[in-house]
Amino acid sequence: MLMTVNQATATRVDQNAVVEARQLGLTFQTNDGPVRALSDVNLTINKGEFVSFIGPSGCGKTTFLRVIADLEQPTEGKISINGMSPEQAREARAYGYVFQAAALFPWRTIESNVGLPLEIIGLPKAEQQERIKRTLDLVNLSGFEKKYPWQLSGGMQQRASIARALAFDADLLLMDEPFGALDEIVRDHLNEQLLRLWRQTNKTICFVTHSIPEAVYLSTRIVVMSPRPGRVTDVIESTLPKERPLDIRESPEFLAIAARVRDGLRAGHSYED
Amino acid sequence: MMNSKPSWQVGLAVLLCAVAMATMPMLATEATAPMSRGTTSLVIGLIALSGVASFAMFAGIASAALLFVGAHGAAWLLIAGVAGNEGMARLPYFLLLAAAWLLAWRCVAVLSAVRPVSKQARTLLRLLIPAIFGAWILIIWEAVTRGAGIPFILLPPPSAIAARIGASLPTLAADVRQTIFKAVLFGYVVGCASGFVVAILADRVPFLRRGLLPIGNMVSALPIIGVAPIMVIWFGFEWQSKAAVVIIMTFFPMLVNTVAGLAASGHMERDLMRTYASNYWQTLFKLRLPAAAPFIFNALKINSTLALIGAIVAEFFGTPIVGMGFRISTEIGRMNVDMVWAEIAVAALAGSVFYGVVALIERATTFWHPSVRGGRA
Repeated sequence: MLMTVNQATATRVDQNAVVEARQLGLTFQTNDGPVRALSDVNLTINKGEFVSFIGPSGCGKTTFLRVIADLEQPTEGKISINGMSPEQAREARAYGYVFQAAALFPWRTIESNVGLPLEIIGLPKAEQQERIKRTLDLVNLSGFEKKYPWQLSGGMQQRASIARALAFDADLLLMDEPFGALDEIVRDHLNEQLLRLWRQTNKTICFVTHSIPEAVYLSTRIVVMSPRPGRVTDVIESTLPKERPLDIRESPEFLAIAARVRDGLRAGHSYED
Repeated sequence: MMNSKPSWQVGLAVLLCAVAMATMPMLATEATAPMSRGTTSLVIGLIALSGVASFAMFAGIASAALLFVGAHGAAWLLIAGVAGNEGMARLPYFLLLAAAWLLAWRCVAVLSAVRPVSKQARTLLRLLIPAIFGAWILIIWEAVTRGAGIPFILLPPPSAIAARIGASLPTLAADVRQTIFKAVLFGYVVGCASGFVVAILADRVPFLRRGLLPIGNMVSALPIIGVAPIMVIWFGFEWQSKAAVVIIMTFFPMLVNTVAGLAASGHMERDLMRTYASNYWQTLFKLRLPAAAPFIFNALKINSTLALIGAIVAEFFGTPIVGMGFRISTEIGRMNVDMVWAEIAVAALAGSVFYGVVALIERATTFWHPSVRGGRA
């Protein structure tokens, strides 16, 4: 397998690309006939980028993330992750995935939940301990190692699930509406922490959301998508600096980008009417 | 607050005392050892005084303690008073028994409302309330069977059953050893383990899932009464044939519950394991089996009682001259109903202990499940 990886790396056009999708399409066969969840998606995500996917429900943003993670298989086009196929990338443990819910195992303590992927990889115990400590520090959960998930608040649970994805230490982080179920205050706080994490670790992050302020605040690039069939309608480069205090959201620059995202979303909607 | 509100139980108990006084005497006139006037007044006085004092002067634990003494003192006097006069009790006897029972009811109600601070007190209370409840089933059983003179063969009083248990300890111990420690335990372990292993196999190999589950379903529908004699022919008169019946009975609940449990883990959790490139066995041991634990324990609990029933019934169809089922079937033929009841009591006790041990292990293992930790999300 190592050989194929090397070959793939050698043939890669853009050394900087983490995710490359070409004419990607995915049709689900349902009982009501085929449903086109993704159609003609062309996208390159480079190393160190923070890319948000935004759009109404059914626009395929989660499906696209699941295709990257090899949880769904595309029916058309090509996609490569670090030059590998999604399956190879998954088996090489190339990414960490954060789901909509924390999905922590209730029979494991927080530290042993964070250590779950490390156990599966089969890291030595000492390194597991070291990584658990480091990632729990990173998400400000030190002191809660011995607690069970159901003893923590929703925001803390989601932070623990981010720690679990980080403990993996993959360069790519896939996040599927991780803060969707949390209230606005907790969400702001976690957004801030996530940005700090991203700057500290220099990971590539793909982030699915349906909140415009969240997308604009976090991203270096925003991919606007629209439904039926799910497709990319606009890709917006953010002009905001890497250092972003929360009150940047009142700046004219921020509002201009948000307006453009909103226009993109509206255009997608009028298309279907 | 030093007193509490009067309750309908106490009110009704006092009323019953008044009716009892009006319809004296307690025992038929031809009774050989009639109750003395002193005993009669003591019973009525105990019930009425403790009832009234329980709300007029005391509250909480003190009130419950007073009711406890009143109810059980009166019940003891009533049962002692009917000794030698079996079947002679008249209406006031039963009215006073009912009044004492109402006090005990009130006592349990007061205890249930108490919210003690210390953990030990809470544990004690949790044991005391069902103990009073159970004691009153025995008290009413004893007082009614002896007071009304119910024929021994229909329903012996609990005291006679207890005496029989005390007198036949070696026989009962041999029966328990034969039936429970040989047939039930072996059959239970093998039946549960094979149900579990087949469930995993069926999960791993799709064609087994389609082929085995319907057959497992058929095995569970086999009538035990029909299977038991055949097992005796196959495996002989000793405990092995009974263990075989237990295996047949316990296999299917474990199979079905484990299969259902293995499907119980969520999609998101399974996707998560997939993103870790976790293999089948890692996913099984780290996610699916822990998620299936509540289902598996359900099967273990159901099987703990099924196994006992299976082994006892199977002994009706040929056994060496020892065993609980053997004893029940032969002693009923000899009209020794107290021995039959003694075996029933021992079987009930053993079954409860068995179930209780499994339930305790379950609580320790699935502490994380909402049904155990009290529903917090």
